[in-house]
Amino acid sequence: MEEILARAKKSVQDAEVYQVSSEETSVRFEANKLKQLQTSQSTSVALRVVKNGRTGYATTTGTADSARMVNDAIETAEFGQEAKFTLPGKEQYPRVDIYDPAVEKVTIKEMVGLGEKMVAAVTKSTPGIMCEGGVSRGMITVRLMNSRGGFAEFKKSFFSMGIEGTVVTGSDMLFVGESDSSCRPLTDAKKIIDTVLLQLERAKNQAKVTTRKMPVVFTPDGVAGALILPLLSAFNGKTVLEGASPLAQKLGQKAFDVNFSLVDDPTVDYRPGSRPCDDEGVPSQRTPLIEKGIVKNFLYDLQTAALAGKKSTGSGNRGRGTLPSPAASALVITPGKTTFDAMIKDIKEGLVVEQLMGAEQGNILGGDFSGNVLLGYKIENGKLVGRVKDTIVSGNVYKILKEIAAIGSETRWVSGFCQTPPFYCKGLSVSSKG
Amino acid sequence: MPDIDSAAKELSSELTKSKADYSEARFEENQTSQIAYRGKVLESIGRSSASGGNVRALVKGGWGFTSFNELDKLPARVATAVEQAKATGSGKFKLAAVEPVKDNVPSGIGTDPVTIPLVEKKKLLDEYNEIIWCIPGIKTSNIGYGDSRKKVVFVNSEGSFITQERADVTIRLTAIAAKDSEVQQVGLSMGSRGDFKAITKLHKQVKVMAQNAVNLLEAPQAKAGEYTVVLDPILAGVFVHEAFGHLSESDFVYENEKLRELMKLGKQFGVEDLNIIDSASDPPGLRGSFKYDDEGVRAVKTYLIREGKLVGRLHSRETAAKMKEKPTGNARAMNYRFPPIVRMTNTYIEPRKMSFNDIIADIKEGIYAKNWYGGTTAMEMFTFSAGEAYMIRNGKIAEAVRPIMLTGNVFETLMSIDAIGSDLDMNEGGGCGKGGQMPLPVSNGSPHIRIRKCQVGGK
Repeated sequence: MEEILARAKKSVQDAEVYQVSSEETSVRFEANKLKQLQTSQSTSVALRVVKNGRTGYATTTGTADSARMVNDAIETAEFGQEAKFTLPGKEQYPRVDIYDPAVEKVTIKEMVGLGEKMVAAVTKSTPGIMCEGGVSRGMITVRLMNSRGGFAEFKKSFFSMGIEGTVVTGSDMLFVGESDSSCRPLTDAKKIIDTVLLQLERAKNQAKVTTRKMPVVFTPDGVAGALILPLLSAFNGKTVLEGASPLAQKLGQKAFDVNFSLVDDPTVDYRPGSRPCDDEGVPSQRTPLIEKGIVKNFLYDLQTAALAGKKSTGSGNRGRGTLPSPAASALVITPGKTTFDAMIKDIKEGLVVEQLMGAEQGNILGGDFSGNVLLGYKIENGKLVGRVKDTIVSGNVYKILKEIAAIGSETRWVSGFCQTPPFYCKGLSVSSKG
Repeated sequence: MPDIDSAAKELSSELTKSKADYSEARFEENQTSQIAYRGKVLESIGRSSASGGNVRALVKGGWGFTSFNELDKLPARVATAVEQAKATGSGKFKLAAVEPVKDNVPSGIGTDPVTIPLVEKKKLLDEYNEIIWCIPGIKTSNIGYGDSRKKVVFVNSEGSFITQERADVTIRLTAIAAKDSEVQQVGLSMGSRGDFKAITKLHKQVKVMAQNAVNLLEAPQAKAGEYTVVLDPILAGVFVHEAFGHLSESDFVYENEKLRELMKLGKQFGVEDLNIIDSASDPPGLRGSFKYDDEGVRAVKTYLIREGKLVGRLHSRETAAKMKEKPTGNARAMNYRFPPIVRMTNTYIEPRKMSFNDIIADIKEGIYAKNWYGGTTAMEMFTFSAGEAYMIRNGKIAEAVRPIMLTGNVFETLMSIDAIGSDLDMNEGGGCGKGGQMPLPVSNGSPHIRIRKCQVGGK
C-alpha cells in the first residue's frame, strides 16, 4: 500500500489507497444435512488518483503490481469526473466496537452444532420439511491512506447464521426462514428456531382473500423488503442532486407520518453495518433522515456533497474497489406504541406480509411497489387464520407512509442493515387469484 | 508468486496424490474495464485485474472448498480442502463418470474488448447519452458499460487439464423521465461474448427507449386481474429462464423426494408445440456458451421440454450421479471464489410457425408485455416485470399502459401457453443470480408467446 501511494504521489496531485482483506469460514447445510465446509481468503486494493483535476481509479484483487495500478489509474483519470472533493487529512474517529476476538475462536464443531440444532428443531416440528442453512464467521481488515496524511485502519468481525425451510405438498410450496447476524458470536439458535416455528404454525392453514383495498401489517421483514428499499434511493444524495428523488424538494418539510422517524447510524456497537469511518476516511456519524415525518437529511459521500454544496455525511461506500458512492450503513426506525397483537386485533379483514416477492422490481424511484406474497397471513376478525397464496399487494410507499395507522412497539434487526418494528398500513391494493 | 499456469501444473500432480475421493483446482486471472454515466456526467471509469484460485475436495459425499488469491503454499490448500471434506462427509458416494480431458480453448474473438482504448468506448457511450438527452421530458439517464477477459485453468485428480479463455461485453442504458412528481424509466440491456462491435449500433433502439420513458408519464395503469397476455421474445425469454429454467436445475430437486415427484420425467407440462432447450454448445458464441463447464464436463444441448413433456434437466456430476442421469455440463462458478453449482447457459423456447398478427388476432382485451425489468422465482411461484406494456383490443395493439408485473404458478402458466411464434430472438443483456453468485453470463430467448389467464398486478 505504502509503495503504491508513494509511486502515485510522484505523478498526481492527490492519491488514496484503500485495502480490504477478509477471511471467512462457513458451514453449509443442504437437504437437512451438513453439505460443505468452506474457507476463503481475499485481499483487494483500490487506488484513486486525481490528476489535472480529474478522478481515475484502478483495482486489483490478488497479486498487486503497483506500477501497473498507477498506470491504469492515470489512464482513466484522463476521462474521469472532475474531482470536486478534498480528501480528508488526519481525523478523529468515534469509538465504535465492531471487533470481538471471540468470533475467531468459535470452532467449526460449534458452528456445525448450531446448524444441526436449527435443522433438528425445525424438522422435528414439521415432518417432510427440507432445510438449507448455514453458519459463517469471519474477519475484515480495512486500511486506508491518502496523500493528505489521512489514515484509517480497523478490524471488524462478523458472525451470521440462518435457516430456510421448504414444505412441498402436491404442487404447493411453502417457504419459511430466518437469519441473524452480529459482530459478536451468536451462541443461541433459539431465537431463530422460535421465529421459524411460529411461521410454520401460522401457515398451517390456507386462507382466501378477496380482491379489494384492505389494511396490511408489514412485519419487520416486510417493512425492510417492501417499504425501505424505495426510500434508500430517495435519500441517496446522488438521486437528490439529479432531481430524480421524489424528496429532492422536500428537505425540512413534512412528507411522512408524524410518528415516522428514520436514522442512519453506523456508530451502533457490534452491528455488521457499523464502522468508525466510511470508505473515504470520513468519520462516521448518526444522520437523521426523517424526524417525526419531516425530511431532515440526505446521505452524501465526498464528491456528491461537494457537487451539492453540502458536507459528507460519512456515507461513502465502495463495495470492493469501486469508486465511493453514498449508501446507508445501518438504518434505525423509532418504534411506536402499538403491539403486533393489538394491530391484528384491530383488523376485520386484512393481511400480514412477511415477504413480498418482486417488490424491488417496480418503479422504485417513484415509490410504486407491487409484489406477490411469498409468506403472509390473512387476518379475519382480529385473528390470523392462515397463509395466503397467489396474492399481489401493491401501493406507493410515499402515499402509504404519509398516514401510518400504527407503528409497532417490538423492534428487531433485519438482514443486519435495518432495525424496524412492524408497520400497520391502510388501504393497500390486494389482488387475489380465484 | 507463481502465475496461474505454473500453479495449475504444480497442483495437477498434487491432486492425484490426495487422499480425497475426488479433488480439483481452478485458477483464474481476469482483466476488466468499466465506465458508468449518471446523467450527463461520466461518473466513473476504471480498470481492474484479479487473480486467484480454489481447491475443492470430496470425501464420502461431503465437500471441502477453499479459495484464495495468494498463489503460494498450494499443497497446504489441498490439505485444508481435504480436511474440510473429511469433517463433512459420512456416506458412500461417487460422482458421475466423465472422461478426463486435456484441452486448450481460446476465446475465439478477434479483438480483446478490454484492450480497446477507453476513448473509443467513451465516444460510443457519449453518442448514446446524447440521443437520450435530446428527447424532451427526459430527466436523467444511467449508463453502465463493462467488459472483461478471463482465463481459467482447471485441473482434477482424474487427470483433466483444461485451459479456457473467454471475453464478455455488457451495456445497460436507462432513460428516466419525470413530470411533476411522476417518474418513469425504461431500460435497454445488451451484451455479447466479447464482441465489442455487437453493441455499437444501438442508436435507433436508444432513441425509442428514451421516447418510451417519456410516453409512460401519460400512460394509465392497467387494472389488476387476469388477462390473455402476449410476451415479446425478451420477456418470454426471461419467463422461460426464471419460471421454468430454475426448476430444471437438479440441485433443487435431487435430494427432495417430493420435488422429484413434481418434476418427474415424462410428465405433461405444456401444449405439444412447446419445446424448451438449454444449450451451452449450440448455438455457439452466445454469452452463456462454453466448451467445458467448471467441472471439466463437455457441454451438450439439453431438451428440457419436448412436445410439452418434461424430458430432461440440468446436472452437475454430483446431481447426475444422485439421480442416475447423464451429466450435462451445467456446473458453473461465477469466479474462483465460488464452488460450481448447477446453472443455466443459453435457455430458449424453440420457434414454431405462428406470426405475431395471428397470435393477437383473436384477443378481445389483453396485454402485450415487452422488454424486461426484473424477475425472481420461488419454485412454483414467479414474478417478472415488463419494461413496457400495451393493451390489446380486438386483435390490435392499442394504448400504452404503465409497466406491469406478471405473477403466477409456473405449472399452470406453462399449461396456459397456447400459441408460439416463429420469431426466435436471443436476449444477451441478462445476468443470472443464484446462491450469492451474480451476475453469471447467460442468454435466454423465445419467439412471441401467448399465455391465457395470466395474473397481472396493478391498481
